[in-house]
Amino acid sequence: MKYIDEYRDATSAEKLINQIRSVVTHPWTIMEICGGQTHTIVKSGIDDLLPSDLTLVHGPGCPVCVTPLELIDKAVAIASRPDIIFTSFGDMLRVPGSEKDLLTVKAAGGDVRIVYSPLDALKLAQKNPEKKIVFFAVGFETTAPANAMSVWQAKQLGLKNFSILCSHVLVPPAMEAILSSPLNHVQGFLAAGHVCTVMGYEEYITLASKYHIPIVVTGFEPVDILQGILMTVKQLEEGHAEVENQYTRAVRREGNRSAQELMRKVFETTDRSWRGIGIIPKSGYRLRDEFAEFDAENVFDIAAIHTQESPLCIAGQVMQGFKKPHDCSAFGIQCTPEHPLGAPMVSSEGACAAYFHYGKMNYRK
Amino acid sequence: MIDKKIDLSNGFACPLPIMEYKNVLLAHGGGGKLSHQLIKNMFASQFKNELLEPLHDGAIFSINGTRFAFSTDSYVINPIFFPGGDIGTLAVNGTVNDLSMCGARPLYLSSAFIIEEGLPMEDLWRVVLSMEAATKAAGIQLVTGDTKVVDRGKGDKIFINTSGIGIIPDGIEISPQRAKLGDKIIVSGTIADHGIAIMSVREGLEFETQIESDCAPLNGLVGAMFAASQEIHVLRDPTRGGVATVLNEIAESANIGITILEDLIPVSEEVMGACEILGFDPLYVANEGKLLAFVAPTAADKVLAAMRAHPFGKNAVTIGEVVADHTGTVIMKTRIGGSRVVDMLSGEQLPRIC
Repeated sequence: MKYIDEYRDATSAEKLINQIRSVVTHPWTIMEICGGQTHTIVKSGIDDLLPSDLTLVHGPGCPVCVTPLELIDKAVAIASRPDIIFTSFGDMLRVPGSEKDLLTVKAAGGDVRIVYSPLDALKLAQKNPEKKIVFFAVGFETTAPANAMSVWQAKQLGLKNFSILCSHVLVPPAMEAILSSPLNHVQGFLAAGHVCTVMGYEEYITLASKYHIPIVVTGFEPVDILQGILMTVKQLEEGHAEVENQYTRAVRREGNRSAQELMRKVFETTDRSWRGIGIIPKSGYRLRDEFAEFDAENVFDIAAIHTQESPLCIAGQVMQGFKKPHDCSAFGIQCTPEHPLGAPMVSSEGACAAYFHYGKMNYRK
Repeated sequence: MIDKKIDLSNGFACPLPIMEYKNVLLAHGGGGKLSHQLIKNMFASQFKNELLEPLHDGAIFSINGTRFAFSTDSYVINPIFFPGGDIGTLAVNGTVNDLSMCGARPLYLSSAFIIEEGLPMEDLWRVVLSMEAATKAAGIQLVTGDTKVVDRGKGDKIFINTSGIGIIPDGIEISPQRAKLGDKIIVSGTIADHGIAIMSVREGLEFETQIESDCAPLNGLVGAMFAASQEIHVLRDPTRGGVATVLNEIAESANIGITILEDLIPVSEEVMGACEILGFDPLYVANEGKLLAFVAPTAADKVLAAMRAHPFGKNAVTIGEVVADHTGTVIMKTRIGGSRVVDMLSGEQLPRIC
C-alpha cells in the first residue's frame, strides 16, 4: 500500500537503526508524545532494536487516557437515560468510570453507539428528533476540527437535540507541564504528527528554545519513528535544540489554517483536568458561550458529579514519562484489560495496553 | 461492575471468575478471553465429559469402529446479506468447516430457524436458496430441521443454527494437542476478508473496490490436503477472533511455542487499507473460508502444493512454525526485525479515536 509499505520497509529500518547506533555516544531519554507512536514502537519491537543508551518514554498523547474519570462518570450518567442516544468513538466505551464503563451501560439497555465521526452523530440527531443525541467529544487538536464542525453545523441546522460532552486537550501545555516538573528527565521529543497536521509546528519553536530541547514532528510508521529518533539524537549529540519536521508528507509549518479558523470560532481555551495528572492551565478547549446550547454539561444536570481517582493507578506518572507501565505494582495483577484501574490499560493508544498486549512483561528475547 | 456474590439459592455453584460480571457482555460471545472464560468455567465445567473436554470444533466419537465428528453452530449476523454471501451460506459452510477441521468428511446437516415476525418472505426465500446452493457446493445434504417464529422485536430478522455429522477416514488424526515441534504453520489464503466485508457494509464505509467475504466450504480443500499427505496434525478455521486467537488457543492447549513472521501473513491491499482506517489488527479479524494447518516439516511442501492447486487454497502460504521456547505463547517477528507477543484479545476490537 502506497505511503504505508515504504514506511514499514525492513531495509530502510535497518539502515536507520545502524545510523542511530553510530550516532549515539551518550545516554539519552526521548519521549514520543502520541499513544499511536507508542503502539508502533512496542508493536514492531523498535525499543528492542535501539542501542541500550537510548531510552524511550511514553507521553500523554492518548486522548482516552487523559479524559478525567469525572467526565466518564458524567458520560455514564447521560448515557443511562432512556431519552438519549449516546455516541462515541469506539475506544471510549471500555474506559472504566468509577463504577462502570459505557459498554456496561449498553449491556444494561442504554443506547450507546460507536460512530466514526461526530458528523455521523449529527445525522442521528436529524433522523431521531424525539431523542437527544450526545457525542463524547474527546481528543487532542486532531479530533477538534471535526467536533467543531459538528457543533457549527448543528447551529446552522437549528438542531435542538444535539450536544457534545467536551473534554478537548492540547499538546503544547502538556509538554510544558512535563518540562517544568522537577521529576522530568525527558531530553528530546517526538511531537505528534497528526496533531501538527492540524496545528502546524510554530507553537513548538518557543518551547524548544525556552527549555533547550529538540522537538521533531514525527509520523506513525516504524520508519517514521526511527527517522524521528535519528533526527532527535543527532540534535542532542550536537547540542542543538530545534524544531524539525520528519513528517513532511503530512505536516506543514502553518498547519491546516481553515481547520484552525473553525476551531477558533467554536472553541476557546480553558484550564483542563487531565486524568492522573491534574489541572493544567489553558490546556484544553471548551465551547464558546454562543454555542452553550450544544454543551452537554449545560443541557443535562450533571454538575453535581464529582469523582476521586484510584490511588493505586500511576497512569499520570506513566503518561508524563516519570515511570514505565511495568513500574506499576498493579500492572498485570490488579490492573488488566478486563479489569482496568486506569484508562491506559484499555485504550488502543494506552501505554499500559501496549506493554500488556505485546508482552513487554513476560517475554524478553 | 464487579460482583463477587454468588447466588446459591438453587444449588448453582459456578466457579468465581465468570461471575465477576453481573450480566453477559457482547465480549462473552466475541471469541476472545471472555468467551474462553465463559466456555471453560461455565459450560465445560458443568457438562464435563471426555468428548467435550478437548474443546475442539466438534466432538469425535466411534460407533462400531467408524469414527464420527459432530458439531453445531449458530449464526447471527447483521446484515443478513453481505458481499460474498449471506446468513444461509454462512450457516452451511460454517458447520461444514467445523467438521472438516476435525478431519471429517461432512455428510448430513440439520438446520433450525428462529425467524422474527415480519421478515419479508422474499428474504427468507433468498436465504433458503443460498443454503441449498451451499449444500450442493459442499456435497452434503440438509436432512432435518426446525422452524420457530418470534414476536417482532424479539429477534433480529433471522437466526440459524446448523448441526452436522461427518465421518473421519482411517489414518487421520487431527487435534490441537497434536501440534509438534518443527511443524510448519500454513494459512490457506488472505486473512480478515470476512470481518472487514461485514464491517464495511454495517458501518457504511465505502472503499474503491468492494471487499467480499471469503465464506466458502473447506471440505474439498481438506480432502485435497489429506490426499497429498496424512502428516497434518492440526486444522482450524480462524473464524471469530481471527488467526491470532486460534494460534493462541493451540499454543496453550498443546503447550508449544509458536513463531510467525509478519512479512509472510497474507492480507489483501483493500483489507489492509480498511484495517488501517479502522485501527484494526487483521490478525484478530474473522475469516469464514480460511484454515490454518500445522503440518510435519517433511510434508509441508507437498501439502502446500496441493492447497495451491485448489481454488480455495490458491494463496496458501507458510507463515510460521512450532518452536521449542516460549511455550504457550505466540511471538511475531515484525517486518523491521523486532519481535513481539501476539496476545489473545480481551474484548471486541473497537475502532480507535484517531
